[in-house]
Amino acid sequence: MKLMCRLMISAVTAACLVGTAAAEISGAGATFPYPIYAKWADAYKKLTGVGLNYQSIGSGGGIKQIEANTVTFGASDMPLKPDALKTAGLLQFPMIIGGVVPVVNIKGIAPGQLELDGATIASIYLGEITSWDDPKIKRLNPKLALPATDIAPVYRSDGSGTNFLFTDYLSKASPKFKSTVGANSSVQWPVGIGAKGNEGVANMTTQTDGAIGYVEYAYAKQNKMAYAELINKAGKPVQPSAESFQAAAASADWTHADSYYLILTDQDGPKSWPITGASFILVHKDPSDAAAVDAALKFFAWALKDGGAMAAELDYVPLPAPLVAQVEATWKAGIISAGHPVWTGK
Amino acid sequence: MAIIDPRHAAKQVVYERIFRNCTLVAALLVLLILGGVAVSLVHGAWPALRHFGFGFVIQEVWNPVTEEFGALAPIYGTLVTSLIAMALAVPAAFGIALFLTELCPPVLKRPIGVAVELLAAVPSIIFGIWGLFELAPLLQRYVEPWLIKHAHSVPGIHELFKGPPYGIGILTAGIVLAIMVLPFIAATMRDVFDTVPVMLKESGYGLGATTWEVIWNVVVPHSRVGVVGGIMLGLGRALGETMAVTFVIGNAHRISTSLLAPGTTISSSIANEFTEAVGDLYTSSLIALGLILFILTFAVIALAQLMLRRLERRVAA
Amino acid sequence: MNRRTLRKAKNVAFLVLSLLATLTGLVCLGAILWTLLSHGLAGMSTHVFTQMTPPPGSEGGLLNAIYGSAVMTLLGILIGAPIGVLAGTYLAEYGRHSRLCVIVRFINDVLLSAPSIIIGLFIYQIVVVRMGHFSALAGALALAVLAIPVTLRTTEDMLNLVPSGMKDASAALGAYTWRTIISVLYPAARSGIVTGLLLAIARISGETAPLLFTALNNQFWSTQLNAPMANLPVVIFQFALSPYKEWQDLAWSGALIITLSILVLSVSARIVLALMQSDRGLR
Repeated sequence: MKLMCRLMISAVTAACLVGTAAAEISGAGATFPYPIYAKWADAYKKLTGVGLNYQSIGSGGGIKQIEANTVTFGASDMPLKPDALKTAGLLQFPMIIGGVVPVVNIKGIAPGQLELDGATIASIYLGEITSWDDPKIKRLNPKLALPATDIAPVYRSDGSGTNFLFTDYLSKASPKFKSTVGANSSVQWPVGIGAKGNEGVANMTTQTDGAIGYVEYAYAKQNKMAYAELINKAGKPVQPSAESFQAAAASADWTHADSYYLILTDQDGPKSWPITGASFILVHKDPSDAAAVDAALKFFAWALKDGGAMAAELDYVPLPAPLVAQVEATWKAGIISAGHPVWTGK
Repeated sequence: MAIIDPRHAAKQVVYERIFRNCTLVAALLVLLILGGVAVSLVHGAWPALRHFGFGFVIQEVWNPVTEEFGALAPIYGTLVTSLIAMALAVPAAFGIALFLTELCPPVLKRPIGVAVELLAAVPSIIFGIWGLFELAPLLQRYVEPWLIKHAHSVPGIHELFKGPPYGIGILTAGIVLAIMVLPFIAATMRDVFDTVPVMLKESGYGLGATTWEVIWNVVVPHSRVGVVGGIMLGLGRALGETMAVTFVIGNAHRISTSLLAPGTTISSSIANEFTEAVGDLYTSSLIALGLILFILTFAVIALAQLMLRRLERRVAA
Repeated sequence: MNRRTLRKAKNVAFLVLSLLATLTGLVCLGAILWTLLSHGLAGMSTHVFTQMTPPPGSEGGLLNAIYGSAVMTLLGILIGAPIGVLAGTYLAEYGRHSRLCVIVRFINDVLLSAPSIIIGLFIYQIVVVRMGHFSALAGALALAVLAIPVTLRTTEDMLNLVPSGMKDASAALGAYTWRTIISVLYPAARSGIVTGLLLAIARISGETAPLLFTALNNQFWSTQLNAPMANLPVVIFQFALSPYKEWQDLAWSGALIITLSILVLSVSARIVLALMQSDRGLR
């Protein structure tokens, strides 16, 4: 018995001391890009053996952890303002573009059938519209048979960039929403149930009859959820798709955006999806572990160059080539450790 | 024949001192850990407490945008869910203890007792996912609409069961908590009922009392202290439970009179928001919530321990 | 209705209610185990034990999570159990009823019932923030803090159950207290102390909250103690709340694995204890 215990203990200790041969980069943050980051990480590991451990704890979590320097990079859907970046000593750059879609769970309504606009959704989340057969919703959907079910609004209970994009859009669409709730990664919602992560909202919406929620498009598509059509700034109804996200991103002027601070919601253009946004990566300008950051940058460079097809599969929009070049130039100029730039251009 | 070799004896003394000090250090470490927990909580909570003052405990607002935080909604949720859990679990535990000590055929006593205790061994996260995937849909489809419809006409109760049937919320969390603490209270009650001297019970039966009368008038008063102690321990457990509640409470920082509405508890707020709280005041407010919970459970457990010790002393005497 | 019939009716009513209460408790246990078995077994197959946790939408397994949980639980016990056993020994043999021991017993009971999320917060502040990153070591430390009260309690109780005659006999032979403890008391209370260890393992292997902010989680296989490590409870937490079918299946399988291990441990602890007590009865 004693011998067995001794053997077991030494076996475990030996196992613990043996580190993995390959390096491991750690990142944390947004759940918005999680499906594509996880897919890229898996493919990159098969290609190079380097593991990228990304934990989707929410944009707020990503910002907090990178500020506390407990991870190699943070990910956030809400871009930090230039002064916040300066205070924390962080560098910010966009990585991928996607769209947030409202999803519903109403009996008899198929994906893409329901049509809503920003003002109506704002009223729902303010608690002003409480039933699906409300005249305001009927007006937008004259041909649809809407049941008299109570509306159960579902929101993000954790700090999230998806939250930021959604509330930013609603604030632009409804001044009352702007003054009551505001736009931020974590807000005080007047009504509804909170769920954790894009995953939680998707889950809660599918489970609850009469629910409305908002998730990143990949989640809605992968789970065949009933998303709603939106009427954009130009007054045209649009369906969420890579094309409508791209249309919204096309008019963005990245070259003049300080620290890439640009919010793509409610863009002009007849085909633009109103709730589009970029997801950002945050790294330290003067990283304590330059090797880890260099390894992370190599991963990002690979993803920006070769990851486009995988991103398109999940209906994300990869960054256009000129933006990629701009981003890599920012790495070279912005991330300096011990006097020389960390990124050597591969 | 050197029975007592002086060198040997000297070594023994040294070993004795070493061993004794090791055990003493271990015991002191326990004190140190609790002290450390308390100190780190106070240290972390200090910025929020200093900023909001006593108002922190009575404000309902929880707005990360304007950085105004108040603990009222989580405290309310913690207390109400625990109250519901106690209201459901205590009579049930009493019934189980009664059954096991008086009614149960001896051959079934062991297995049923073990089965009830196994409920205590199930990890809390299992209760959480079971609650979310099995109990909540059940409540949403059948129980809550029934409650809403029938409570509509009764004044007073009407306020308690109002609102859309989400299936999750304060009531669901209370029910899941009740199932979780049931085995603890039942086991304590059963143990305490078992310690009642048979002579006392026999005297009751001898006077012609029914089983129920013996239980209610002899066994319960005799084990009153232990019963209350067991209830307090269950309460302490219910107050601090995290995972089971986080899945089914609905995570809304709001107070409403309706039990069917979503709410939040202290532990589920911390579990949900801690990793992403940006800003010192936000983090500090969450730690302040933790401090409040710690004080609450400390008080409940202290009370329970005092009562249980009184019982032990009485039984030993 | 005369008084006697009323009393009899009340008797029957309450006894029936108590039977119903017991049945409710058993039905709940049955419902939970049934759900676990039906969902968990449906997703169970060899790949759960041979593959790593997958990205959303792909097939995979739980190997890294099982390994992580096993390592952190073992480490937690290795750190926490000796402290608990030694402290319990002090309370039972050296201090006994001194003021210090009364306080330590009380503090121990507080720690035993303290919310595990508070322990997680504590370790986050003193280990994770100091180290600068999440780690399996921090997770193991949090579990160790949870294991100490359980082992302390059982050790003290078991040592107190050893007949004082054995201690006296040993002392009469000239043994110092430490010698008595190590050579006489520990072997005598061995099964009880092992029971305590098994109960502690059962307790900490199911805990999620303390690992949330200490060990975090890891998508890949990792054996480094200095880095985040996958573990079953947090993986279940993440996967169960997701909308992906493969992840949900894995969450149920993981839940089944944890519950079965803990139930087996609890039952064995009970059997070991019963054996010990009947053994004692024969003396």
